[in-house]
Amino acid sequence: MRKTIRGKAAKLSRRTFIVGSAAAGGGLALGFSLPPGMRRAVAQTASEGTEVNAWVLVKPDDTCVIRVARSEMGQGTITGLVQLVAEELECDWKKVKAERITPGQNLARKRIWGEMSTGGSRGIRTSEDYVRRGGAVARMLLLQAAAQEWKVPVGELTVADGVVTHGPSGRSLSYGKLAAAAAKLEAPDPKAIKLKDPKDWKIAGKAMKRIDTADKLDGSKIYGIDIKLPGMLCAAIKDCPVFGGKVTSYDEAKIAARPGVRKVVKVKDTAVAVVADTWWRAKTALDALPIVWDEGLNASVSSASIAEQLKEGLGASVTNGDRKNGDALKAIETAAKKVEAVYGTPFLAHATMEPMNATVRLSADKAEVWVPTQNAEASLAALSESSGVPLANCEAYRPDLGGGFGRRGGTQDYVHQAVAIAKEFPGVPIKLIWSREEDQAHDFFRPISQCRLTAGLDASGNLIGLHARVCGQSINATLNPAGIVNGKDRRQLQGLWEEPGDAQLGYTVPNLLIEYVMRNSHVPVGPWRGVNTNQNSVYMECFMDEVARAAGKDPLDFRRALMGGHPKHLAVLNAAAEKGDWGKPLPPGVHRGIAQFMGYGSYSAAVAEVSVSDRGQLKVHRTVLALDCGHAVNPDQIAAQVEGSVAYGLTATLYGECRVRDGRMVDLNFDTYPIMRLAEMPKVETVIVPSGDFWGGVGEPTISVVAPAVLNAIHAATGKPVRQLPLKNVRLV
Amino acid sequence: MAKLNINGTLRDVEVEPDTPLLWVIREQVGLTGTKYGCGIAQCGACSVHINDEVQRSCSIRVGDVQATDRIVTIEGLSPDASHPVQKAWAALDVPQCGYCQSGQIMAAAALLKRTPKPSDKDIDEAMTNICRCGTYQRIRAAVHVAANDTSRT
Repeated sequence: MRKTIRGKAAKLSRRTFIVGSAAAGGGLALGFSLPPGMRRAVAQTASEGTEVNAWVLVKPDDTCVIRVARSEMGQGTITGLVQLVAEELECDWKKVKAERITPGQNLARKRIWGEMSTGGSRGIRTSEDYVRRGGAVARMLLLQAAAQEWKVPVGELTVADGVVTHGPSGRSLSYGKLAAAAAKLEAPDPKAIKLKDPKDWKIAGKAMKRIDTADKLDGSKIYGIDIKLPGMLCAAIKDCPVFGGKVTSYDEAKIAARPGVRKVVKVKDTAVAVVADTWWRAKTALDALPIVWDEGLNASVSSASIAEQLKEGLGASVTNGDRKNGDALKAIETAAKKVEAVYGTPFLAHATMEPMNATVRLSADKAEVWVPTQNAEASLAALSESSGVPLANCEAYRPDLGGGFGRRGGTQDYVHQAVAIAKEFPGVPIKLIWSREEDQAHDFFRPISQCRLTAGLDASGNLIGLHARVCGQSINATLNPAGIVNGKDRRQLQGLWEEPGDAQLGYTVPNLLIEYVMRNSHVPVGPWRGVNTNQNSVYMECFMDEVARAAGKDPLDFRRALMGGHPKHLAVLNAAAEKGDWGKPLPPGVHRGIAQFMGYGSYSAAVAEVSVSDRGQLKVHRTVLALDCGHAVNPDQIAAQVEGSVAYGLTATLYGECRVRDGRMVDLNFDTYPIMRLAEMPKVETVIVPSGDFWGGVGEPTISVVAPAVLNAIHAATGKPVRQLPLKNVRLV
Repeated sequence: MAKLNINGTLRDVEVEPDTPLLWVIREQVGLTGTKYGCGIAQCGACSVHINDEVQRSCSIRVGDVQATDRIVTIEGLSPDASHPVQKAWAALDVPQCGYCQSGQIMAAAALLKRTPKPSDKDIDEAMTNICRCGTYQRIRAAVHVAANDTSRT
């Protein structure tokens, strides 16, 4: 997801310069009152306080309001980021509140809060430095204010829990009393500040409770789908079921008399929306509306035709990117033993629990959107672009998301749609909600791919050559064509890269060739929690087990022998193996599998215990996941993300599949696109392996090891590898 | 026109009788804690209590609900988030995005009313709502915590 989001951000920052110049000098006058429609959504009314700096506002009662630029979709980023600011601020954790800034505010202040886009498990790891410095600057200003008040050197002051004390005279003042004076002082250069050594952390690094739980327990939290505005109308939409198709005609008269219906709107040649006083009336009227589509040539595409395309690509002579060392093809050709397999993974939908939605109000000189978004600046840009209203007169309010998983990033297709509908109703807020069926039909799906792997072993069972060819759809081709340079698209090989630091393959093989062959269908694809690490880990890690078996070696030992050059990968694998009791006896019928992979700057490994009944019924009993994300800002929330990653990864493994028939998606609701339920959830044990010398991501990396650990355990149980997902299509015995 | 008893208050709503109870609760009554997830009784985000039984309100026609039926939504489960299930959910930091949690909490509260000390198997059978963030492990633990809390009081 990285390249797309960076592309958007770069575009935005050029405009920011103009907006920021115009607003120079007026920055501090910005109000932070809550946007209408969300009064119950966020508990703070920050405008009562004093802004010490951009990150910290202090109220007279000593409450510290900490600004957050990233989006909260359940991953706990708000709590983590606030912990980091609070750590340096030295405030009272019990008196901390979070405030979500808007992209309009960020633009007007020359992006003082940095990037807002929230994806690629980057929320904390790419902003930890400047948010901690933000907290430190505020602390220094508050201390300086106390020093001036008492006319003593700053060096004689101490601070704890938001109270500044002058030891020699016994005087003390709380932040609430110092904020006004602190706000008038000139801030020190953030870059010159020495941050705390993480070993001295008291708030960060601790398993603090989330600060955003209360309103999720009593129904009072306002999500985008819950927005209510005066005079608001609701819209339901149907885009041409075949991607790339168009609207030919529709018969508005057939539904005009239905209760509450106001208008039928054609949206961008491809979609039809019905606007009514309530969403249910809009939705049922849309269902009753006769629409004729021009489905175009894509109407003949099916899962089978796409599979043929991928199969052809596995043997194609031209590739779209590779990495190599030695001569893998020759080494395999002359090897004592050769192993070969073809794996495949299907399209997957994100299926956020909250379907796509956006509420737009276009007034004479202003455009506003309320939207659950992982990239509020992209939402703002989409609003401006579609409405024609200059960026400076646009604002995007961002309720927390009912799930994101990569669906709510750069595309903002639902914002473009909502604007197109709202144009027909000047001054009237329009809330567009997608039905679940629309959500499943018009996702940007996890890319489909197949992978052919071949390996060569020497007479002692050592891996001397490995060739992997991934053939499938390219996310860049759908979302970011500029990311494909000279026909090369390295993004699809995520997790198999040579370069260290982000998603590096953890094995050293003397003769290695890894290739990508691009084959695109008309189905749009996009980032999906874990993006390409999930598919590539299945290919590499399940095949690694196949090769270990062919070599007659234990899968763990076989991997270890290839990992000497990758100590961090190896340490995490060892941690999972140890906690997962690798090699120790198991109850009858229970079998283990192991896997390791890297993504999002973090190292992951898993051990899974499964049983397969005589009738082929699978049960996953226990999973142990180890993660090295460098610094661990909140161990309990890391555990929560790991637990969630097991559910997300297992759902894909067991059930996930979006089929294509007649050019359209077939699986439009949870009856045919099942999601794993509680009864199937295995026990999850999380081992955090903090090496403490880097900042890695947390939300995504561990998903990649769930499927291969489970599949390798199944292989151990049945003696047969599973090479095509999902498991619902596979007879295990 | 329908008469509904929601959270102890009798309300008149102007709506077509085939409208799902979920949408009446959200759009006519204005209580948005009950969520839309699938519309086909699969996900349980729309779970409410009707006469103490948990029901998926997306698949109940408002015309089939009587004025004497006691409907309780997440907003009416307790006046101050003090129901043992809500307290357990807070204690274990169960929610992630939170969107499905109204339904999860209503399902758990109904389970405990029926089975005060549920086994893991009882929980497996009763807690069938979908959570896409994957909070299932904590949901299971929190149901046990709530059960112990209930048995103390």
